[in-house]
Amino acid sequence: MSLSEQIENPFLPEPARIVRQYDLIKDHRFFQIRFIDMNRAMSFDYVPGQFAMLSIPGVGEAPFSISSTPSRPGILEMGIRRTGNLTRALFKKKDNDIVYLRGPYGNGFKIEPMVERDIIIVAGGLGVIPLRSILYFVLDNRDQFDELYFLYGARNPNEFLFKNEFFQIKAREDIDCLYSVDKDTTGDWTENTGVVTSLFQKLPKIDPQTTTAVVCGPPIMYKFVIKELLKLKIPKNMIQMTLERRMKCGVGKCGHCALDHIYTCIDGPIFTYWDTLHFRELI
Amino acid sequence: MRILKMKPDFLKEFLMGLEGFGALYGPKRQSGILKYAPIESYDELVLDGENTLLPLKRLFHPMRFDMFRFDSRGFEADYSIFEKRVIIGVHPCEIHGILKLDEVFLVHPPDPYYAGLRKNSAIIGFSCLPAENALCRSTGTDIVAEGFDLFFVDLTDFYLVWVGSSFGYDMILEKEDFFDENVTHEDIQIYIEWREKRNRMFKKSFNFRDMPDIIELSYKSEIWDYFGKKCLSCGQCTMVCPTCNCYNVTDVLDLATETSGRRERMWDSCMFADYSLVAGGHNFRHARADRLKLWYTHKLKAFAHKYGSPACVGCGRCVETCPVDINVLTVSEALTSCEVPEE
Ligand SMILES: Cc1cc2nc3c(=O)[nH]c(=O)nc-3n(C[C@H](O)[C@H](O)[C@H](O)COP(=O)(O)OP(=O)(O)OC[C@H]3O[C@@H](n4cnc5c(N)ncnc54)[C@H](O)[C@@H]3O)c2cc1C
Ligand code: SF4
Ligand code: SF4
Ligand code: FES
Repeated sequence: MSLSEQIENPFLPEPARIVRQYDLIKDHRFFQIRFIDMNRAMSFDYVPGQFAMLSIPGVGEAPFSISSTPSRPGILEMGIRRTGNLTRALFKKKDNDIVYLRGPYGNGFKIEPMVERDIIIVAGGLGVIPLRSILYFVLDNRDQFDELYFLYGARNPNEFLFKNEFFQIKAREDIDCLYSVDKDTTGDWTENTGVVTSLFQKLPKIDPQTTTAVVCGPPIMYKFVIKELLKLKIPKNMIQMTLERRMKCGVGKCGHCALDHIYTCIDGPIFTYWDTLHFRELI
Repeated sequence: MRILKMKPDFLKEFLMGLEGFGALYGPKRQSGILKYAPIESYDELVLDGENTLLPLKRLFHPMRFDMFRFDSRGFEADYSIFEKRVIIGVHPCEIHGILKLDEVFLVHPPDPYYAGLRKNSAIIGFSCLPAENALCRSTGTDIVAEGFDLFFVDLTDFYLVWVGSSFGYDMILEKEDFFDENVTHEDIQIYIEWREKRNRMFKKSFNFRDMPDIIELSYKSEIWDYFGKKCLSCGQCTMVCPTCNCYNVTDVLDLATETSGRRERMWDSCMFADYSLVAGGHNFRHARADRLKLWYTHKLKAFAHKYGSPACVGCGRCVETCPVDINVLTVSEALTSCEVPEE
């Protein structure tokens, strides 16, 4: 046996095929990816809120949230914004092209504190990409959870991600979807207009003792959303949020994601609001 | 643990005889700089108390190496850095430094490169007398109880040799005649005197024990801004510190191809401006103060994931290296007295 076969290498990126891809909005693309190795494709078990490292040889590697749900195994979905070298190269890939993945990494959402409770999912902008995983996970295991509220705000209708899917879900009886745009630039927006926090007025009466909240969005959004959730008296440790930091290794070795005395790639990227009060600098 | 005695006359033959266990490495002077490097002859070895410029970590967490080769068929791990080595002349603080790095690189999932280099290397520790800036007495890393295969304490007329592993014992067996099992009361007395003499030689110290609380309390202190303003973001402190583990990864294409190349890993520093802990919005000086705070949180308060103990092993290199006198002494002094150093 050669050395490479004997040694387990957590940094080894494994080949995966782009099964399908399409633009969500300008510079944001949706990817469905499947490991070439069928066993790997089926054994890649993850929790909503985890991420994977995606490599393009010669260009580099970067972390991306897994947007699909483990309740639908086999194919991994990601929503990716074009910002730099790696994402630019990724956007040049076509269906059937090969990329490389390793993971899953990070702690993921704690599901247990959500079971048999009401759930409020609050997403702002790109933050909906990781939250889509927990959204579908809850929908696929619907009987394990009580009320489900999904609040999503985008800047304008042209920046509203997963529009078709999310409007389809809206028709379901077992979820309360509240959508908003900061500004209606198109004139045919049928939902709420205003910042995402304005959706809180539309919520029915919430019992804070039986409610868990899950939040992801741009840094500035957290402050305002948390304020609303605290107004509803949801306990601080029942507010889970995902926080991004620069990451290189994903497994607690490279130091890039260090904050205070934690590594966000293993201790995060999901933290409760309570955690963030203890680990300063988180938000 | 077994402790044996050896006469200094045997040292050369014993050490050079270890070649059978792996390539010999040790502190040696090259172009005026003391560094861990392959040893060809005994005379090259520098076994006094002097620190190498770069710590032992460079033999386990190399400054730059290839992690993978890649081509159109994918990635293949490159383990060509592995080599059987016997590293001679390692001081206690260096061994403590490696034990700290173990806590990062060997916890699940272990880093296969670090683990491979570790597994293939024997460590022959050597006692030292404190250098000018040695702080290891303050940090409690002036002696070691583990992390070596053999450890030599130089008591002038003889060496006391601690046997720290079965591999170390195999080395002893090679030259059994050199060693004496009979450690007498008198020898113990000599050792105690040496310890006392050594303890008295430390010129500098700092309040390491109380630093975790003080750092916690000083989170908002303007002292960080003072140091942040001075810091040049040169990253030298991170290069010389035995317990800095940060690295970066980049892909390098082979010349004249678009498909094959290597994925390299190289030291990085959280002190570099582009390390990008704080994205956008913050001004540079503030960011530098935050980076320093993070660094000293690691060194003096707690280290990485779950590990309660601070990472500073008191080698004194930051004291010698920082061009603007930012180091564990000046920082802990400023935080303790709540006063910035005099210009
Ligand atoms: C846990 C985690 C999950 C992520 N999930 C997603 C996702 O689902 N979809 C997605 O599009 N992106 C996601 N990201 C961000 C993504 O990793 C970066 O955008 C990616 O590294 C960009 O690579 P690049 O080479 O194209 O850009 P680069 O050339 O590396 O950078 C381009 C620009 O983006 C900035 N940038 C790079 N990384 C980050 C970061 N982590 N945070 C803020 N700014 C950054 C740089 O400063 C630079 O201005 C996630 C990041 C983390 C840590
Ligand atoms: S902080 Fe300074 S004294 Fe402490 S281990 Fe690092 S370089 Fe040595
Ligand atoms: S060596 Fe000194 S100046 Fe250079 S980065 Fe470190 S603290 Fe800043
Ligand atoms: S990304 Fe490397 S330590 Fe977290």
